Amino acid sequence: MALTARRATQALTLVAVAALLGLLVWKITQRDATPLAGLAPSRPLELLNTPDKGSDLSITDLRGKAIVVNFWASWCIPCKDETPFLQRVYERHKDDGLVILGIDNEDLREDAIRFLDRYGVTYPAVYSKGTSSAREWRLTGYPETFFVDRSGRLVGERIQGAVDIERNREAFDEGVRLVLESDAPSS
Amino acid sequence: MLAVLVLALALAPATRAAAPNAADLEAEIVCPVCKSTLDQSNAEVAQRMKAYIRQRIAEGASERQIKDELVDQFGPNVIAEPPKKGFDILAWALPVGAAAIGAAAVGAVAWTWSRRGRADAAASEREEPLEPEHERAVDDALGAFEDG
Repeated sequence: MALTARRATQALTLVAVAALLGLLVWKITQRDATPLAGLAPSRPLELLNTPDKGSDLSITDLRGKAIVVNFWASWCIPCKDETPFLQRVYERHKDDGLVILGIDNEDLREDAIRFLDRYGVTYPAVYSKGTSSAREWRLTGYPETFFVDRSGRLVGERIQGAVDIERNREAFDEGVRLVLESDAPSS
Repeated sequence: MLAVLVLALALAPATRAAAPNAADLEAEIVCPVCKSTLDQSNAEVAQRMKAYIRQRIAEGASERQIKDELVDQFGPNVIAEPPKKGFDILAWALPVGAAAIGAAAVGAVAWTWSRRGRADAAASEREEPLEPEHERAVDDALGAFEDG
């Protein structure tokens, strides 16, 4: 009788440990770390600058443009180094139809606006509340840059971290070339 | 007049209690960069969030308002305490469940031991005394053991 009770306790303990391990594995596998592909997420977000400040802007609104999406935050130190470079790229290519879309995420809204003023950002920058955009884009950190062609599809390689001449400048230039040379949507 | 004074005295602590404490809030809010609470972090964003909390307290915002504003801007993970819904409810349920199972197990073991102890005591009480010759034989054997 005592032996049966002990075996039952051991079995219950094993089941409980296995259930906890199962939950842990399930929770970890829920995190989708595979890179995005296909159509870019297009959630309307509040514009923080430009003449239309306060209105919503989404990737869909920019259909037909060659888009470089840059996730940033005012507290992110590499973003401070990268922003002047992105501004120069925008000024060089905006007449070719290139738009840099800055998405500020996990940040205080007022800090984001001050950041844009301080760095003289004139490309559209939007404010993403919470972490929905980060989840949609499967963001891995800040800054992170994506390339969206004129039909709204993700192309090229995403740039994790600030654009750097030695590390990823080639990939950045290739992304810009791909979006600029992409065909506009037929409709 | 006295009634007004009593009412004012009664309301005064409640009014003071409504003003949130910055240090308490900093211990309940997580820095999105280092994932530790604000009071444990010196990251730039943590400093800015601390300043924001103090500014909102000075403006008369309640604890709930400040937390809601931070969740709105940084997402639900900015609150250190896990939410009581979805998968995260396990963070609340598992310790309670484990404590209940542990208490039940300790109770069951204690009950089994006390029952076994009582049974052993009863068995020893029921033991028949040795026959005189057997007792003598035991005494002899013990004496021989001690002597030699």
